[in-house]
Amino acid sequence: MTEDIASRRAARGRLGWRINAVGLIGLAVVVFWAFVAIFGPMLAPYPVSEIVDFDYFGGMSAQFWLGTDYLGRDMLTRILYGARYTVGISLAAVMLACFIGVTMGMVAATVGGWFDAVLSRAIDALGCVPNLLLSLVIVAAVGSSIPVLILTLAAIYSCGAFRFARALAVNVNTADYVKVARARGERLPYLIREEIFPNIIGPVMADFGLRFVFIVLLLSGLSFLGLGVQPPNADWGGLVRENISGLALGAPAVLMPSIAIASLTISVNMLIDNLPTRIRDRSE
Amino acid sequence: MSNTMTAMVLHRLWVSFLTFIFVSFVVFAITNMLPGDIAEIMLGQAATPEAVAGLREAMHLDEPAILRFLRWLGGLFVGDLGTSLVNRLPVSEMISGRLGNSLKLAAVTTLLSVPVALLLGIASAIWRNSWFDRVVSTLSIAVISVPEFMVATGAVLVFAVYLQWLPALSFANEVTSFTQMLRVYAMPVVALSFVISAQMIRMTRAAVIDTLRTPYVEMALLKGASRSRIVLRHALPNALGPIANAVALSLSYLLGGVIIVETIFNYPGLSKLMLDAVATRDMPLIQSCAMIFCLSYLLLITIADVIAIVSNPRLRK
Amino acid sequence: MKNLVEVMNLHVGAVTDSGRKVEIIRGISFSIAPDEIVALIGESGSGKTTTALTLMGYTRDGCAITGGHVFVDGYEVSAQTEHERANLRGKLVSYVPQSAAAAFNPSQTILTQVIEIAQIHKLGSRDEARRKAIELFRALALPNPETIGDRYPHQVSGGQLQRLAAAMALIGEPKVVIFDEPTTALDVTTQIEVLRAFKKVMQGKRIAGVYVSHDLAVVAQIADRILVLRNGEVQEAGDTRQILHAPAHPYTKTLIAAYEPVRHDRAAADSADAPVLEARNLSAGYGAPGQDGLPVMLAVNDVSFTLKRGSNLGVIGESGCGKSTLARVIAGLLPPARGEVLFNGKALPGLASKRSKEELRHVQIVFQLADTALNPARSVSDILGRPLTFYHGTRGAARNRRIDELMDMVRLPRALKNRLPGELSGGQKQRVNFARALAADPSVVLCDEITSALDTVVAAAVTELLQELQRELGLSYIFISHDLNTVRAICDEVVVMYGGRKVEQLLPGQLDGGARHPYSQLLISSVPQLDPGWLDNLKQNAKIVEQFAHE
Repeated sequence: MTEDIASRRAARGRLGWRINAVGLIGLAVVVFWAFVAIFGPMLAPYPVSEIVDFDYFGGMSAQFWLGTDYLGRDMLTRILYGARYTVGISLAAVMLACFIGVTMGMVAATVGGWFDAVLSRAIDALGCVPNLLLSLVIVAAVGSSIPVLILTLAAIYSCGAFRFARALAVNVNTADYVKVARARGERLPYLIREEIFPNIIGPVMADFGLRFVFIVLLLSGLSFLGLGVQPPNADWGGLVRENISGLALGAPAVLMPSIAIASLTISVNMLIDNLPTRIRDRSE
Repeated sequence: MSNTMTAMVLHRLWVSFLTFIFVSFVVFAITNMLPGDIAEIMLGQAATPEAVAGLREAMHLDEPAILRFLRWLGGLFVGDLGTSLVNRLPVSEMISGRLGNSLKLAAVTTLLSVPVALLLGIASAIWRNSWFDRVVSTLSIAVISVPEFMVATGAVLVFAVYLQWLPALSFANEVTSFTQMLRVYAMPVVALSFVISAQMIRMTRAAVIDTLRTPYVEMALLKGASRSRIVLRHALPNALGPIANAVALSLSYLLGGVIIVETIFNYPGLSKLMLDAVATRDMPLIQSCAMIFCLSYLLLITIADVIAIVSNPRLRK
Repeated sequence: MKNLVEVMNLHVGAVTDSGRKVEIIRGISFSIAPDEIVALIGESGSGKTTTALTLMGYTRDGCAITGGHVFVDGYEVSAQTEHERANLRGKLVSYVPQSAAAAFNPSQTILTQVIEIAQIHKLGSRDEARRKAIELFRALALPNPETIGDRYPHQVSGGQLQRLAAAMALIGEPKVVIFDEPTTALDVTTQIEVLRAFKKVMQGKRIAGVYVSHDLAVVAQIADRILVLRNGEVQEAGDTRQILHAPAHPYTKTLIAAYEPVRHDRAAADSADAPVLEARNLSAGYGAPGQDGLPVMLAVNDVSFTLKRGSNLGVIGESGCGKSTLARVIAGLLPPARGEVLFNGKALPGLASKRSKEELRHVQIVFQLADTALNPARSVSDILGRPLTFYHGTRGAARNRRIDELMDMVRLPRALKNRLPGELSGGQKQRVNFARALAADPSVVLCDEITSALDTVVAAAVTELLQELQRELGLSYIFISHDLNTVRAICDEVVVMYGGRKVEQLLPGQLDGGARHPYSQLLISSVPQLDPGWLDNLKQNAKIVEQFAHE
């Protein structure tokens, strides 16, 4: 009997974490795009703004794998370079948003009282401004540049991160182990760091992924409207905008950047829906 | 309606009102963030200082910001939206026609997508984990994960480029017959419906599944109730609040979707107007458009919350 | 006489989170004669509810009948199609749930749901069903039988809902009724009424029943026969009197022995000693202060007591009487609106954050549910180590040594040190929970219902441990509980609370017949005894019941 349990425990130790095939595919694609964002320019077959083909909106060929754009530039190169903007800006924004939002959310939930009430009300109210609209207004007011984009996206999505983390933390905060810690005399930083954060980290990580997807989509949308990354640089949304006139021709220049975005966002979704889970078998 | 219910509804409306004031303050603050003087920008660099001062006074730019905010807010309530900085037309005049176009688009989309999405969401909750549910769920996740413009461009590619059923562009002011209207509206409406239905299906499904997991549904099963009876009598009435919420939240995606779709299809609606205003930095126009969007969003959410309060049996007398 | 229910070699399997198949019912067989009530008794996880539900051909998500036969009234339920089963549910076998409050659909009136079985199975017109329901309401001693059905579930009390659920089960004139812990969620004073009503109706209608419970004393009042289950197997089956008075199986014996914890004698506290903890006219509650300066929802109202060094004070009362709020006030989690808490004669600041480490260290609180009282993300040694570092600055090897000592003290194997709380059993968790309080080296430990969520046998072991530690460490306990037997075993004085007020203070000896306040008398007399005739012989003053019972 004891031997049985011991061997089972050992097996669990080896297979304590598991991820299914769908999650693994998602992870692979995410890692691939991260790699491209870092090393993309080294992999690019042509200089990014060089016109390499006399034909514009060229189709896919051995020479130009993903065709050429409205000026006859190589699409593969443009997409490899664009990954930097799309992935980089979104990642910076989501990290900023989650750091601010989650910290504030935990503080609000733990401190409670008027601090929590005022902050929550204000952020709820801010949530009543549609995201795309808010970013349009900000960009209209201060102009578009990469730091402005990062800050704007971070500001918009830190509200969501705040609400999400606060809701989780409010739940954890009612747990008896937090009451015990309070009765022990623990202070706010300890409560947040040791009692609350470790117990919301799972959902917060999933939320981080989801928020990254939303930011990629919003950034692409802004760029598509001409308010995101400014020419001559282009992120993936910007590439669609540049080449939208090729839509009627069914040119790969319109399709490929969209597919790049979709592959990134869908695989992040696949990954967080199938996050590696630690198997807890409590029926022993 | 009981007293507590009335009190809660009134409280909800009061919160919405406060939110509206707060939101207008935020919009006003952001649009006034721009460094530099609007009067100088409007008159150009060659303007004399006297002319600039005159314009500043005329536009109340020399007043403190809070006073200008209150003046602007008061204007909003009486329908005075200010004057465009670009073509000097009253903003309300510029907006009126465009707003109608956008509302038409939104209304047609809502009428089409809400019933379909609710049916699909409820059906996939009832037959959860069946192949039907899997197909619907996978498709809706896919649609949610891609940018709105991709859904729209995809629709153009399929229906206009490959199948050639519909024109790629639409102009609402050319509508003279029903078939023409169908052709004009079909593409934007289809694209927009996809965007908002996906979210609605997912949220409706989740709401119904939540109620299907409750002990009173198990109790109904142990009474020998049929599946349809369980869903219609026990699950759905209790999922009404969350479903209303799902519909409202999804309809709010209309706003984001509308901006993209109107751009792609060149549809002369409000968001197209606003985008042009952003390009020319026409602040009064931007402010007004933003406030209209915020107001409609707020309205939707408020209605959903009120439905949730009214449909809560625990608040009944 | 032919048996109505025949369960033969029943096996039920389940699939765990990791996809492993386990057997939760391993070959159970029993039978029920018409008009006989059989109780399934056992601890959590013994498979008692699962077994009962198979009579309806129903298993919960992830479970399935994997072997054996279940016959009810000649039908082999275990071999039927889902449609055939649905036809029998409610008509042949019906179900009274554990929590009627959750099992009633909040958006329909009670009557609609009570007569639903009659409508589903087309057992006559709506009017007929309605008349029958009102008859049942009357038989179950429900107030306003004519109109109670027009209300919504949230508008009637818990005890009434539970009886309404019984009416719902009886409307289709079933031959077997399954009662799934139908009084567990109720207070003892309410439980009596409900039990009486159930017993009367079942005897009157001569219906067979399956009564699922973990409480032997409750079961003794209503069941003809008892099946003792453990880990999905029958340990012992027998006539109620035989099980209670002459248990054969060792497990049944421990179960019955655990019912009344043993009181260990220890050196009586010297009454001349100054009190270690004292509460003076404490009032506290929730919500904004009203005109009188007290909170709108007053949970503790002018409560005073003293706790002598080395002695134990019990606080008893039913849900909502303010006993847990009292613990929160003493621990500094909720500041008192009035009054004060004194430790060794010195007033403590109201909030924990205002108290000094030394003041905090001496008064430790242990909560009811070890599941939520231990941070699931931290290992046992982290949980025990934190108070050591926080209060005493102990680190490194000294800290490890002390953790080992603490684990020895509460009889936990040292090997569990690096486990997470989720990997411990309920009893082990409660021991860690208690060891954490000991780590502070306290003088007073507030025990808030710490044995209530545990199975009887485990609870008895924990109670035993508390007494041992008291002898070794000279602790004083404030023991908050609704379990009279445990309080009687451990405490030197007992405070009875009702509606936020202290109604009486008693010595443990007075708990049997010495109480003077009518509520104390009602509460004490309502605790079920391991005697099948207890309920029938119980006489309670109806006026007092009406005044105090939580209806």
